[in-house]
Amino acid sequence: MPVIGVESIQSAGAPSACTVGKQTNMSSQPENGQYHMDLNLDHGDTESRQTIPMPIPDLEVQYTKIFIDNEWHESCSGRKMQVHNPATGDLLCEVEEADTEDVDKAVWSARAAFQLGSPWRCMDASDRGQLLTRLADLVERDRLQLATLEALDSGKVFLMAYFVDLLATIKTLRYYGGWADKIQGKTIPLSKFLCMSLFLDGEYFTYTRHEPIGVCGQIIPWNFPVMMFAWKIAPALCCGNTIIIKPAEQTPLTALHMAHLIKEAGFPPGVVNVLPGYGPTAGSAIAHHMDIDKIAFTGSTAVGKLIQQAAGESNLKRVTLELGGKNPNIVFADCDLEYAVEQAHSGLFFNQGQCCLAGSRVFVEDSIYEEFVRRSAEKARNKVLGNPLVPGVDQGPQIDQKQFDKILELIESGKREGATLECGGGPWDQRSLFIQPTVFSNVTDNMRIAKEEIFGPVQQIMRFYSVKEVIQRANTTHYGLAAGVFTNDIDKALTVSSALQAGTVWVNCYNAMSSQCPFGGFKMSGNGRELGEYALQEYTEVKAVTIKISQKNS
Amino acid sequence: MLRTVLIRTLPRVFGISKCQYSAATIPKPSAQPEVHYNKLFINNEWQDAVSKKSFPTINPATGEVICLVAEADKADVDKAVKAARDAFRFGSPWRRMDASDRGLLLNRLADAIERDSAYLAELETLDNGKPYAVSYSVDVPMVVKCLRYYAGWADKWEGKTIPIDGDFFCYTRHEPIGVCGQIIPWNFPLLMQAWKLGPALATGNTVVMKVAEQTPLTALYVASLIKEVGFPPGVVNILPGMGPTAGSAIASHMDVDKVAFTGSTEVGHLIQQASGASNLKKVTLELGGKSPNIIMSDANMADAVEQSHFALFFNQGQCCCAGSRTYVQDTIYDEFMERSVQRAKNRVVGDPFNLKTEQGPQVDEEQFKKIIGYISSGKREGAKLMCGGGVAADRGYFIEPTIFGDVQDSMTIAREEIFGPVMQILKFKTVEEVIDRANDTKYGLAAAIFTKDIDKAHYISNGLRAGTVWINCYDVFGAQAPFGGYKYSGNGRELGEYGLDNYTEVKTVTIKVPQKNS
Repeated sequence: MPVIGVESIQSAGAPSACTVGKQTNMSSQPENGQYHMDLNLDHGDTESRQTIPMPIPDLEVQYTKIFIDNEWHESCSGRKMQVHNPATGDLLCEVEEADTEDVDKAVWSARAAFQLGSPWRCMDASDRGQLLTRLADLVERDRLQLATLEALDSGKVFLMAYFVDLLATIKTLRYYGGWADKIQGKTIPLSKFLCMSLFLDGEYFTYTRHEPIGVCGQIIPWNFPVMMFAWKIAPALCCGNTIIIKPAEQTPLTALHMAHLIKEAGFPPGVVNVLPGYGPTAGSAIAHHMDIDKIAFTGSTAVGKLIQQAAGESNLKRVTLELGGKNPNIVFADCDLEYAVEQAHSGLFFNQGQCCLAGSRVFVEDSIYEEFVRRSAEKARNKVLGNPLVPGVDQGPQIDQKQFDKILELIESGKREGATLECGGGPWDQRSLFIQPTVFSNVTDNMRIAKEEIFGPVQQIMRFYSVKEVIQRANTTHYGLAAGVFTNDIDKALTVSSALQAGTVWVNCYNAMSSQCPFGGFKMSGNGRELGEYALQEYTEVKAVTIKISQKNS
Repeated sequence: MLRTVLIRTLPRVFGISKCQYSAATIPKPSAQPEVHYNKLFINNEWQDAVSKKSFPTINPATGEVICLVAEADKADVDKAVKAARDAFRFGSPWRRMDASDRGLLLNRLADAIERDSAYLAELETLDNGKPYAVSYSVDVPMVVKCLRYYAGWADKWEGKTIPIDGDFFCYTRHEPIGVCGQIIPWNFPLLMQAWKLGPALATGNTVVMKVAEQTPLTALYVASLIKEVGFPPGVVNILPGMGPTAGSAIASHMDVDKVAFTGSTEVGHLIQQASGASNLKKVTLELGGKSPNIIMSDANMADAVEQSHFALFFNQGQCCCAGSRTYVQDTIYDEFMERSVQRAKNRVVGDPFNLKTEQGPQVDEEQFKKIIGYISSGKREGAKLMCGGGVAADRGYFIEPTIFGDVQDSMTIAREEIFGPVMQILKFKTVEEVIDRANDTKYGLAAAIFTKDIDKAHYISNGLRAGTVWINCYDVFGAQAPFGGYKYSGNGRELGEYGLDNYTEVKTVTIKVPQKNS
């Protein structure tokens, strides 16, 4: 889920890892105690000045408790959970494990912070925005620390964490910092006829207020821990809600560091509460809670269904879901082939393949199919696996044993069902959770690897013959998160992008995400949109106020 | 102007924001801040005027010269427009910059201004004469907020995709207009600069700004901050100079795409004509006012008196939106008058660097004389002088807080903008009458109503021909809320989302597609 200009990071590959230094020049790097933005667009002299950031050696984990009411708490049950480094299997630390009772405590705190007349409710919207902007500044200050923590905890490549995840986090917080005082209601010219038919007579003045929903439960996954944290809290806070957020049990550490920064930035107690814990316990308690007004979940479609049911069974809380995908990436023969191969490669292998929007069904037009497969396999074979903290490495381990086993099982099914294994196909380094970059060709639509979300470094390449056919095949899935189209033909680009049932369509690019652009799924890929102005709708209740007046005039 | 600030007492000022990072205390000011910049700012460089001319800027509290400032004229405007045009060329760093980075630059500018807020407030007070307590706790924080507000808009100013009939795909791009000339007044030098720069830069324009000859110093210091935070050269150019020379050159320039002016209605006419006579540049105007402030008999008396006092006397009465026609319902007229006179008599006039001072000098001798002239006309035409009416100090341009009673709508002081500490109180009987009288003016900038009656509040506010109506408050400004005039008070709106429209060209792109689907 790279943000701006990430293509060149991904294409940089192992030998030229230093080129990622270029990416820093559009972010605001503190230099000599002041913010400096290098806006030189041809990247001329910046390279020599920018050094590659390095992870902090022997980073000590500072925050391991439950964050409620701006304070650190031990779990009510006394239970802790172990957090491991997936690259080595080493125990990183133990973290307090939240369960139902802790959720109750957090909800109580969030409810108190949301009460009418509270500091948070009385705060100017611009000041809410300023708090988010300050939080962005603090994340920028601690960027190295957070990126190191993220790489240790999730196994993702450190430089990716630094340049993609953390930059996206900072930008998302700033973006929503700007929205806070721009969420505008309307004044509405009520129809006289309607008024009269309902109330016999009278004239009215109507306006809308966009009010926060209230206490929001947010449950986030382990694939982009800190970035998902920002995606969730930023729009919720900018609209004035209070939050109970559960980070994934695999990756709670950056979220807890963020909790510390939230307090430092000056958010009032209870506005954000961070509860590390498991889905079936803490997550379920949030989804079923009678005093949580809204829930937002990012994760698997299977759990998404449970969340929706829990809302139905309990208090009809509002639900937004960002779920799985089996995203088609359609490559026409008239495209720039080398570029398309590279984009399709990074579109799948980015983040060890652990992306809900991974382009995991690559449909390639018949006439370029063989060449596309050959180049894709070559690219996959050249990937450098290893310790994600070391520069030059571009693929780390999968997140945990369960995911690792699932991916290998699906790879086996691919072989069994007759797909051609072009490269990879097994574990890399028997001691840990690495999987070889794997490419399958001659994949047909009915194979499991073409239908199920693998969430690993396994690329499926299919063959197609016509526009009509590929549209139909691309849409034959219960998912609808994202899609890509590569073509130089403007008619094909517009036709296919209109026809695809997906919340995001990239034309001649993939994974081009930014805070301004909405993201979310059609069909079983989710409900609602994150990011952009659209996300504000998911965190506001609209109240129409109608006032009887003595005489209406235009 | 501005917010509930100063309505009651100065300490109230500190309560502007509930957040801990807002001004907590007013630091002790230096009455002699050093002046660092007195040249023209073009292409991120400091330059002398082509003519080598300069002019003195005066401390209105003493009448003494603060320093000489380079005086821009047509040749300098040409240079600045060339720099701005170059910065705006297709493919330039400024044009290619991410909108979010434009926003970040504006945020950094706000941060730098906040960092230097004590110094900027001192300089503003020195050059303009407004009380330091106000510069520090009203003007500068409002500047910071305005810039932050527009910083946020930069990447949220969205075009649309449009369901056009036929097999077409249609979308709009919100593009910057280009080189914008901006001419700003002396009454809120820093704030007017921010109001102009915020929306223009958020939307990606480049700027040639002429600052008022009375108050060029803070704008030039902000120019140094614009360079410091990293705006590319040529994006903002700041020219101190006179209206008839530099201002006129901007308004008539064939390569300036838009002009925005804040100042007198008289000059507003000239700007609009200059546009028509040259290249039909887009024009927005924020001009004078003679704003009615209507006090109904059911209003909270103490509050209405205090707010009406603030509405008129704030900033030495030098506000385009000053509530300079206070209409009071007959049944409460006498009490309102008595209390207002008492309040005006208590107003602290004096050294603007003294933190207890509520009112400093008028900005210059010309304004000072003009106001004294209006006071004479009020007396001559039969209004009743209730208090003040004279000069308040033996040097500098101080005028006593003045109130006229028994003012008739036909009197000069009830029709013309005085722009000084002179309050007109008029009597009315009915709602219909007061709406008619309030609207009987060529101006239409602002208005206010004080009443507890929800029906009257809506009825009158709908009836008033004014761009802003305040109910039970006055001079409440937020960067979020649009501001601008009906009728002769201007054209277009500043602030809020509306402010972006005035700096945007909408481009409709329509593409033929083989087949349209919903």
